[in-house]
Amino acid sequence: MSAISFPEPALATEPVEHAQPRPRRWYRQPALASGVILLAIILFAAIAAPLLTSYDPIKENLGQSLLGPSGHHWLGTDQTGRDTFSRLLYGLRTDLRIAFIAVLFPFCIGTILGSIAGYFGGWVDTVLMRLVDIVVAFPFYVLLIALVFVLGPGESSIYIAITLVGWVSYARIIRGEILVAKRQDYVVAARSGGLSSVRIIARHLLPNVITQAIIYAMSDIVQDILAIVTLGYFGLGVPPPTADLGSMINDGQNFLTTHWQLTTFPGLAVVVVGLSLSLIGDGLADLIRPGQS
Amino acid sequence: MTGPVGTQLPGLNPAAGGQMLEVRDLHVEIAARHGIVRAVDGVSLEVASGEALGLVGESGSGKSMTLRAILGVLPPEATVTSGQIVLDGVDLVPLSTSDMNRIRGPKMSMIFQEPMSALNPVMRVGNQIAEGPRVHLGYNKAKAAERALELMRRVGIPDPERRFRAFPHEFSGGMRQRVMIAIALSCDPEIILCDEPTTALDVTIQDQILRLLARLCKESNVSLIFVTHDLPVVAQLCQRIAVMYGGQLVETGDVRDVLLDPRHPYTLGLVRSAPDAELVRESLVPIPGAPPSLVTPPSGCRFHPRCAFVEEDCKVLPTPLRELPGDRSTACLHYERTEEALAAERAGS
Repeated sequence: MSAISFPEPALATEPVEHAQPRPRRWYRQPALASGVILLAIILFAAIAAPLLTSYDPIKENLGQSLLGPSGHHWLGTDQTGRDTFSRLLYGLRTDLRIAFIAVLFPFCIGTILGSIAGYFGGWVDTVLMRLVDIVVAFPFYVLLIALVFVLGPGESSIYIAITLVGWVSYARIIRGEILVAKRQDYVVAARSGGLSSVRIIARHLLPNVITQAIIYAMSDIVQDILAIVTLGYFGLGVPPPTADLGSMINDGQNFLTTHWQLTTFPGLAVVVVGLSLSLIGDGLADLIRPGQS
Repeated sequence: MTGPVGTQLPGLNPAAGGQMLEVRDLHVEIAARHGIVRAVDGVSLEVASGEALGLVGESGSGKSMTLRAILGVLPPEATVTSGQIVLDGVDLVPLSTSDMNRIRGPKMSMIFQEPMSALNPVMRVGNQIAEGPRVHLGYNKAKAAERALELMRRVGIPDPERRFRAFPHEFSGGMRQRVMIAIALSCDPEIILCDEPTTALDVTIQDQILRLLARLCKESNVSLIFVTHDLPVVAQLCQRIAVMYGGQLVETGDVRDVLLDPRHPYTLGLVRSAPDAELVRESLVPIPGAPPSLVTPPSGCRFHPRCAFVEEDCKVLPTPLRELPGDRSTACLHYERTEEALAAERAGS
């Protein structure tokens, strides 16, 4: 009779490995670091606008219209005598606020619908993805402008239009990630533990896949800001007299040959905002995606 | 005399009561591109309260599918086409997901082969252990955390207060498997299904985990179905064994009877191909050939193309399990041939 004899190892004293990968610091990513710094400056300028300028961005002063840059008016004044620098800061404030809020709705709705489609599959998935195909079939700006035109200009129309057009990208990203992740053992283990589908999606799947949507959201904000500025340019954005970069560019272009600063600086502001957010998006992607230094 | 039967671990309660889990004529089919795979083809199992059943077989013999069917967590392309899975008198097959969710956890739970991939990488282990009690036992956050700490202590995780907030990647393989066991025990189940829980671990850790499982199961009178291809592990932990081949059971019985005195040529082949620690064999004897296709399985006995004792009737006659004296059964039509071969071999050595 053979017997496999086993030594008597001490229980519960196994040393625990500390095999943590060396953390990659965010500030070692040049793209991410410069993007964050740039955005911090812009956000500070927008939030602290009342401290940085003493001029009211709305109050007209026809006696001082179309002044050139000077010590009093750093960027001059527009045709109704409003301080351009002040309007620029307040315009950034408006546009950034709308863009950050606007990105939240499609992010949430797209994530929820994408999770449902990816996790449950079947006819739910088919219906949702056909819906996505329909929206994707239209060019982003064309559909957006058409929707805002139908809904009427204004902030709420912008939110509704961006949500209706923007959720599809998030839904696609999250659906794809969930399709892969739901086959992982930890999801089978969670199902084996008798957890509900909602709990498995919310507590187990989404924390593992949401980073991809967050990275996309960074570039989506850029797109949304451009959209808001474009709508403002067409007069479909925030109604006047509220300062908005798009309407500033439009108002200024009548004086492009004589007062170039009226259009150029709002345009540059849009470029810098877009650049900072793109840098952050790229940097985040590099930081989060494994196998890259 | 050779055989992988080891010393029985002290622990599991051999004098078990009535049947707690009964699987009757279970069929699982997988829709694949090249046809329908009959992954589980008429499997019947019984597990008594407090009993440990070893389910052994080659890769692809349907062991894991049987487990996942019992728990109702088959992959989407696989379905239970017929059969019953009766737990405490209730057939689980027709139950809805929400009804099953009241059974998974408090009544049945599962331990997986790869503890790394079976733990959520972005969730603190303490929260993963505490989740079951919160959902199924209605514990509040503090009480569930207390329960998790108690379980971590029971499964031998040192310094549980500190480890509670750690992530799975900060644990070693053995520690991760202890976390898995703590999760499986968290709602006091009646039966734990183990899908090769020690395969991914090195041998010393394997032994620790097996001893831990045996001790915990005795403490709380939990039944086990233990899927593995490691015969010494089954010999160590289980009272009863069921051998699977090609989606069907070929032999069942007491673990000593079956492993020391196989009544099926496939079991004999498994025993001969298992390494033995004490009597180092001169050579391991492999089973010739490859596992059968489950899309177009061989006619008659599924093992006949690889069987050394094959007869003409093996190729045509169906081979259901037949009861043998001594509370065991075999699917072999000519099981005496295995006995004779074994007797001749023992007389010779």
